[in-house]
Amino acid sequence: MTTAASADAFQAAARFGLGPRPGEFDTIGGDPRGWVLGQIYSASIPPEVQARRGGNALMARVVTGIRASSASEVQNAARAMRDVYIEETSARLQAQLNSAQPFVERMVLFWSNHFTVSVQRPIIAGIVNQYEVEAIRANLSGHFHDMLLAVCRHPAMLFYLDNVQSFGPDSRGGQRRGKGLNENLAREILELHTLGVNGGYTQDDVIALAKIITGWTLDRSSLDTRVAYRFQPLLHEPGSKRLLGRTFEENGEQEGVDALTMLAQHPATAHHIAVKLARHFIADDPPPRAVSVLERRFRDSDGHLPTVMEALVRLDEVWQPPLAKFKNPYEFAVSALRLTGVEPDPRQAVQGLEALNFRAFNAPSPAGYDDTAAAWASPDGVMKRIEWAHRLALRMPSGTDPVELADAGIGPVMSDMTRQTVTRAASGADGIALLLASPEFLRR
Amino acid sequence: MTPPDMTRRRLLQGGCCLGLASLLPFSSRMAFAVAPTDKRLMVIIMRGGMDGLGAVVPYGDPDYADARGPIALPQNADTLADLDGHFAFNRALDPLLPLYRNQQLLVLHAAATPYRERSHFDAQDLLESGGLHPHALSTGWLNRAVAALQRPEEALALGPTVPLVLRGSAPVTSWAPSVLPGVDEDFLGRVAHMYEKDALLSHALEQSRMLEGMGAADDGGGHQAFPGMMKKAAELLSAPSGPRIASVDVTGWDTHANQNGRLAGALKTFAQGITAFRDGVGPLWDQTVVIAATEFGRTVRGNGTGGTDHGTASAAFMLGGRVAGGRVAGDWPGLSRLRDGRDLLPANDLRSLFKAALDEHLGLREDVLAATVFPDSAGVKSLRGVISV
Repeated sequence: MTTAASADAFQAAARFGLGPRPGEFDTIGGDPRGWVLGQIYSASIPPEVQARRGGNALMARVVTGIRASSASEVQNAARAMRDVYIEETSARLQAQLNSAQPFVERMVLFWSNHFTVSVQRPIIAGIVNQYEVEAIRANLSGHFHDMLLAVCRHPAMLFYLDNVQSFGPDSRGGQRRGKGLNENLAREILELHTLGVNGGYTQDDVIALAKIITGWTLDRSSLDTRVAYRFQPLLHEPGSKRLLGRTFEENGEQEGVDALTMLAQHPATAHHIAVKLARHFIADDPPPRAVSVLERRFRDSDGHLPTVMEALVRLDEVWQPPLAKFKNPYEFAVSALRLTGVEPDPRQAVQGLEALNFRAFNAPSPAGYDDTAAAWASPDGVMKRIEWAHRLALRMPSGTDPVELADAGIGPVMSDMTRQTVTRAASGADGIALLLASPEFLRR
Repeated sequence: MTPPDMTRRRLLQGGCCLGLASLLPFSSRMAFAVAPTDKRLMVIIMRGGMDGLGAVVPYGDPDYADARGPIALPQNADTLADLDGHFAFNRALDPLLPLYRNQQLLVLHAAATPYRERSHFDAQDLLESGGLHPHALSTGWLNRAVAALQRPEEALALGPTVPLVLRGSAPVTSWAPSVLPGVDEDFLGRVAHMYEKDALLSHALEQSRMLEGMGAADDGGGHQAFPGMMKKAAELLSAPSGPRIASVDVTGWDTHANQNGRLAGALKTFAQGITAFRDGVGPLWDQTVVIAATEFGRTVRGNGTGGTDHGTASAAFMLGGRVAGGRVAGDWPGLSRLRDGRDLLPANDLRSLFKAALDEHLGLREDVLAATVFPDSAGVKSLRGVISV
């Protein structure tokens, strides 16, 4: 530390970023808002996550294997997909540990969680990371409806929420198979992705949207090499549908595009997204003024994400008070690894986090990981962090000065109690562990 | 739970010898096969500042009771086991009494490194580097000693990382159990203290400790794993082609509060570890020397919370089948005069004990010890007659 870092620099690094790496307060310098804003307009996709590791082709093998009832083919490909999942998830962690654009990475985490896909459906394990790159990262600089559309056309989401098993009951394909609607994706689009659970839709709207997006499925002709999205007219429910009071005449794939655009522009969606953003960046119970500012900017900009994010950064509420948010286990681990510089190998990147009761792309439900302290500050959760911190600290070089590290990590907000505890630790490793387990480090 | 460094552990957990062998460079194995050294040296770092006055109690010193104040141990057979009419073992060291009586345990009291401040980190740095100033050396004295042996061997660090004392040019391997134990009571106590004003976290921690039955352990904390580590150390050091020189940590000594109970627990575990090791090496005990030392002692007088704060001189131990023990060696400065009015005066240099082990036991020459292993230490003479011939 060459200069005393400001509380705003801490907010920039911890709340907007993924926790400071040593020296990051100096990098942020005297203009923390500028440091954060600059990232919004220069968001790039880290090379670590761009490499393709064949998960897509493996998933195609699983899908064709299932259709051919070839158990061994399915098993082998599934095993290989797990390895891809581990490698790609590790590469993603690596990118986040190394990132000099940590606010971009936090936006990725936020939107990826908003549009959750989870390996609790193991068949998508090989492509969840690709999904994040193709549907989330690629659209950070665009509008909300661009991201929504990319999400709803991605094989990961189409499998995760069963739209590949949804058939227009009166479509030729549905008739031939004797199959009908699967409402899963349509319901979650309304409930989770756009309007929100109190967004004013009915069960009829769910059915209408489900019909509208029938035919949004896999390209069967490419399955020998890859899984890809394709609109299949033969599976699409014919006729007009009525969604939220608006009639959608039969128009094939375009019906869905129009419906999603309408949902993205709906006031309830603006409110829903504003609440989630404010909850993530300000407090578990977000202040109404901040929500209404974000909501307005979302509506005025037609959901232009950089505009909304800039409005967020310019909110006074988001810069104070500090430490209002309890990190989830992933945020905790990433921030600890960034500060300590300890580099996990691929399996550690996945399984080391399981020690914290967390696995990436493994949310328990389509609602994603919870974003409140109540979910994470459990007795077991806290004890596991203490133990994990203790073990991580043992991997630090013994010359590391825990007080210096504490200044580099939480200096601007460190309490006297924490400083004293770290200073008086029985060993360097204990001092680092106590820093990582401190109330300030567990929060952002 | 899976620790961050699980892969390495997994690599090693499939049985010590198998795991170790896979890590040994080919040349080392050859060296063992050609000319195995019979001498074993085990260095135990007692991290946290062990209270020497509470472990090896100078109850015969006329100023003892006054100087220690409320934490002075009462002079009866329930708390003290007399050694020589002047010093007594804390009863928690009972398992070590037979070794003392068989002249296989030597104590060097009022001992310190050249360090005279009171920071754990810097003090441990000097204890391990063997240098004169904190952070002046990046390698450890034990590693430099290994490198200076006629046939350099691979040393073994028991624990997830290689401590400074074993870092350097000589090859070192490490072993850690596949699953480390949970954190110790002392550490958890510090965390709990740090969480005191944080309702959310203090509640969560309290609940968790209650649920896991981790509270109320008065065994000194920090060290439950130590006997197991020592048992494994004995196994590894006994293996025909295994390492001969090793280091291990034992913690739980930073007794700022409620010292008597916590120190007793830590000493008991320490003693259990030593006996587990002695039993484990069996007949090789005669070729083995164990040294245990801490970075500094603690204040003579108890503080306001029944504990002691960071001090200067403490006691160190040397054990082994051929150690000329059964005595408390070195000068005794007494308790009438204290360093800065608070600490036991350093009357003996810890390096003289370390040098004695390297010299009389491993056969390193005095000039090498004074130049390379402990730089600029020509004035610090090795203790004489610590190994019986």
